[in-house]
Amino acid sequence: MESTQSFRFFNRGPSPMVRLVFFAVLSMLLLFVDARYRYLESTRSALSILVSPIQRVATWPGFLWQQLGDFYITQSRQHDLITENEQLNRQHQYDAAQLLQLQTLQTENQQLRNLVDLPLRNSFSAQMVEVSYAERDVFSRRLLVNKGENANIRTGQVVMDDVGIVGQITRVYPWLSEVTLVTEKDHAVPIQVMRNGLRAIVFGSGDTSHLSLRYMPISADVQTDDILVTSGIDGTYPHGIPVAKVIKVERDPAYPFASVTCLPLAGIDNHRHLLVLSDIPGLPERPVQKFEQDNVDKRTKTKRRN
Amino acid sequence: MQYTAINARSEIQRPVSNTFILMSVLVALLMNGLPWEGVWLMLRPDFVAVVLLYWCMHKPWRLGIGLSWAVGIFADVADASLFGQHALAYSVLAFGGVVLNHRLQMFDLRQQTTHVFGIMVLSYSLYAMVHWLVNGYVVWMYFLGCLTSTLLWPPLCILFQAMRQKPVDRE
Repeated sequence: MESTQSFRFFNRGPSPMVRLVFFAVLSMLLLFVDARYRYLESTRSALSILVSPIQRVATWPGFLWQQLGDFYITQSRQHDLITENEQLNRQHQYDAAQLLQLQTLQTENQQLRNLVDLPLRNSFSAQMVEVSYAERDVFSRRLLVNKGENANIRTGQVVMDDVGIVGQITRVYPWLSEVTLVTEKDHAVPIQVMRNGLRAIVFGSGDTSHLSLRYMPISADVQTDDILVTSGIDGTYPHGIPVAKVIKVERDPAYPFASVTCLPLAGIDNHRHLLVLSDIPGLPERPVQKFEQDNVDKRTKTKRRN
Repeated sequence: MQYTAINARSEIQRPVSNTFILMSVLVALLMNGLPWEGVWLMLRPDFVAVVLLYWCMHKPWRLGIGLSWAVGIFADVADASLFGQHALAYSVLAFGGVVLNHRLQMFDLRQQTTHVFGIMVLSYSLYAMVHWLVNGYVVWMYFLGCLTSTLLWPPLCILFQAMRQKPVDRE
């Protein structure tokens, strides 16, 4: 019963109110510093070493469940596996044929580019990462993957799967890094419509699975089932990687912009293995004009926040 | 009288070891870290908040506002939220627990739960408010969590009381 009666003549330190005010002010200070200046990343990665054992243990149930599923599948559904294997083989042969074609096209393209003296679009290298855990924050769409500073991963690198863009590395810890998915609210990707080359920017809409094209005039030539690929403008994303498919276009004359809803092509919530692209050829530095200075500042600020 | 019954019961409780408190907080962090997804993430009770509130109410001199704040910092790192976001919410939660300490001991479980709901709503709205100030939007489904956290309160209380009972008390 030592807690139910507090005798004031025992000195127990400052009163709860004083403590609350102290810690609330401390939290707000931290919040301000973290939200505005991002000074605390090193502290965060140091503390993450203490927290990561707990996080690692927390992945065990899911891992066991998966193992159990694999075991069940291998035991009872061999027939399905055989058919799937056949299907994959067929797909592989088909792809191989196309790949050969691609190689010839690449050499041909290189030749033509040499002819017109264009700088070559270098290919990029990629490394495979595995998803360690999805972040448990209702508000954000993020993943943590199992390589970090140790594998020379840097913020801003692009993450994709075998179909399209998944997201971007936004934070790097010693052994982990954080991927912000394209479906994260306000995450922007510069794209082109594949059918007609129309340039636009696709934004994450914050719910689990949708993207939206904002600021498209009503008359813009966008149709359902259009494929959106990265435009390569801005130098962050390589050119020509699929991002999303348009599923709904609403043109309401009462609004100046059409509302275009898209679905990401990559299996954003599906895979365990992803590719992180590195060595994307940088663009020459953007000439900064005086009157655009403010805009540029704003843009980098929002980017940092993502 | 229900509160006398509770007091009589709490007299035969053994003193709580620091290990028990630490383990309960660690397990709560672990439960929060399980791979919750989609709707389940919205419905997930905040285990850490409930456990912290329990200790702040029952042993405010062992686990008070300061330690709750520290746990909040760890929760911030684990969730990759802003530094101080969980910490602020948890220190207000702990303050609620400490202040209501004397009153809540006199209530039965049902009355306690209504008070716990109030504290939970307060701490959840602080978290959401910080998010709104920084990012400019709020997911309203998030507040379902304070309902489930409150629902978690009675079973957790009963469980902890049972674990704190002396194994031999009828000798």
